[in-house]
Amino acid sequence: MRKYILDLRLRSISHPRPGYAVLRLTDPQGALPPMQAGQFVEVRVDDSPTTFLRRPISINFVDRQANELWLLVHAIGAGTEALTTLHEGATLNVVLPLGNGFTMPAQSGQVEKAMKDATNVASAKAERWLLVGGGVGTAPLLYLGQQLVEAGVEPVFLLGGRSAADLLQLDLFERYGQVFLTTEDGSAGERGFVTQHSIWDASAAQPFARICTCGPKPMMVAVARMARERGIACEASLENMMACGLGACLCCVEDTVDGNLCVCKEGPVFNIEKLKW
Amino acid sequence: MADLRTTIGALQLKNPVMTASGTFGYGLEFADFVDLSRLGGIIVKGTTLEPRQGNAYPRMAETAQGMLNCVGLQNKGVDYFCQSIYPQLRGLGTAVLVNVSGNSPENYAECARRIAALDDIPAIELNISCPNVKQGGMAFGVTPEGAASVVKAVRAAYPKTLIVKLSPNVTSIADIARAVEAEGADAVSLINTLMGMAIDAERRRPVLSIGTGGLSGPAVKPVALRMVWQVFDAVKIPIVGLGGIMNATDAIEFILAGATAIEIGTANFIDPAVTEKVVEGIEAYLERHHFGSIRELIGAAHCG
Ligand SMILES: Cc1cc2nc3c(=O)[nH]c(=O)nc-3n(C[C@H](O)[C@H](O)[C@H](O)COP(=O)(O)OP(=O)(O)OC[C@H]3O[C@@H](n4cnc5c(N)ncnc54)[C@H](O)[C@@H]3O)c2cc1C
Ligand SMILES: Cc1cc2nc3c(=O)[nH]c(=O)nc-3n(C[C@H](O)[C@H](O)[C@H](O)COP(=O)(O)O)c2cc1C
Ligand code: FES
Repeated sequence: MRKYILDLRLRSISHPRPGYAVLRLTDPQGALPPMQAGQFVEVRVDDSPTTFLRRPISINFVDRQANELWLLVHAIGAGTEALTTLHEGATLNVVLPLGNGFTMPAQSGQVEKAMKDATNVASAKAERWLLVGGGVGTAPLLYLGQQLVEAGVEPVFLLGGRSAADLLQLDLFERYGQVFLTTEDGSAGERGFVTQHSIWDASAAQPFARICTCGPKPMMVAVARMARERGIACEASLENMMACGLGACLCCVEDTVDGNLCVCKEGPVFNIEKLKW
Repeated sequence: MADLRTTIGALQLKNPVMTASGTFGYGLEFADFVDLSRLGGIIVKGTTLEPRQGNAYPRMAETAQGMLNCVGLQNKGVDYFCQSIYPQLRGLGTAVLVNVSGNSPENYAECARRIAALDDIPAIELNISCPNVKQGGMAFGVTPEGAASVVKAVRAAYPKTLIVKLSPNVTSIADIARAVEAEGADAVSLINTLMGMAIDAERRRPVLSIGTGGLSGPAVKPVALRMVWQVFDAVKIPIVGLGGIMNATDAIEFILAGATAIEIGTANFIDPAVTEKVVEGIEAYLERHHFGSIRELIGAAHCG
């Protein structure tokens, strides 16, 4: 896919929780380029003197009608702090789209047509995919959910956080599928980790066709184990530290069955069969 | 229009702007951002005789105005390069150079010999200065004798333009430069990364997998500039200057210090289109100051 360096305009910024921001960016020059769910962008952070390198941020959502790219940012250091405190109208220099997205179901025009024709939706038994996210790793799953619906797949979201305050954009997820929650303190959904949710037992009767996951590595490792045990295909989106984001520096490698692969170029989405987890 | 052409040994460059090894992939990664044919040259990833896995992750740490890396020469080996990468690099409209590394003089020489067979690779850059591999690499670049031993072996095996990339992790870089000149190097390039490290105070451990790494970016520029300045006074062969170049002004400073050409490394990560902008910026500088040719500027800060 062709990559671009764009000066995007911050059309609006909202703070769903302290320390988090949703940036809605538009390209004043024209339509945003094609982007896939699971791909990411590299943002230049201009307002933080200690931030030298660009910061990789997932594509949270693409609103084609509004010509908007959404980024969900969690402030954990100077760079992300500067991004969450930007003001409307700011210009953000981004390189995009980077990496490979999640594998999509074979997209036949017919399925799409069937989905648009509401009466057909009920009759066609859609495949169900489980999308498991933790913390800010839920970001790419929103766009993925929307893209899956368009492709005729029914996404089911399983989202986890330390407490209710870490679970974001729930109203938006609900637009695209059922949402199940876990929190470590029990303040929302079931208490515990995503892998302890009862949906794993309940789904035994009607298994998921595929699992997609993004979040902290220990969580993804646990999800990958669940997927393997159940013989379900699974893809995970990694967040290794990056310098170039373009496959040029070899800093972001993951040790895979094929040797050291760049997460930015060969990933960030990997089939778990490639990973040594 | 000012004349940007410059010459290193038998290598003619259409302009002095090249890309630094390890920071520009094989060039193709940047084709969406840069018209590669506008560049003076592309120096591709460090290549060794045998394939190398490189060091474990994490390999990178951000620092004030720079970064540390300990990639450790990950590459699929020279034969893979010749068979699978080289065909894609022909006809890019720019000089493509290979950065060659090894762990013994013979091993460097054999790698260079295989690359000499490739018609469209007019020159190599010999990396005797990688701080991130246990064996070889920088070990050769920190003494005049070590540097001379590698250059001697490679010179015998490689008839085209030979650029030797020097380490800044030495007491006297001028002594090393003289030693490689004496063995027949056509040019020197400097600097490779400065050895450094980062420690994570929360985890109370080094950040990088092997503890230390090489520092690059604007943080090293004053050191690099000083070294180009000193080497210009020490040798007659051309100098390729690099280290922290972020824009055309930085590039001009290196040329004034004595560089015949320059390389851009870490800056590519901040602005993937920077190389082409530097070419344009140098052109504009020459016109603004009424110079007919870039060659009038080489080492010009030394006079008067
Ligand atoms: C492909 C990809 C997609 C991402 N998507 C998002 C996203 O949608 N939203 C979001 O908020 N963040 C995302 N991140 C993480 C984000 O890039 C980092 O949080 C950011 O770079 C931190 O920069 P900083 O200057 O704020 O913090 P720094 O000061 O650089 O770091 C603060 C602390 O966090 C650690 N850290 C920094 N980056 C990472 C990382 N990638 N993995 C593990 N630890 C890290 C550092 O070691 C340090 O201890 C993504 C990362 C990748 C690689
Ligand atoms: C990620 C990374 C990988 C590098 N790999 C190589 C390499 O393989 N061979 C080499 O000679 N230099 C390598 N270098 C050093 C650069 O080519 C250059 O000498 C150094 O980064 C200083 O220039 P800069 O400040 O413009 O980046 C690497 C540098 C970086 C940052
Ligand atoms: S971040 Fe440079 S290769 Fe992945």
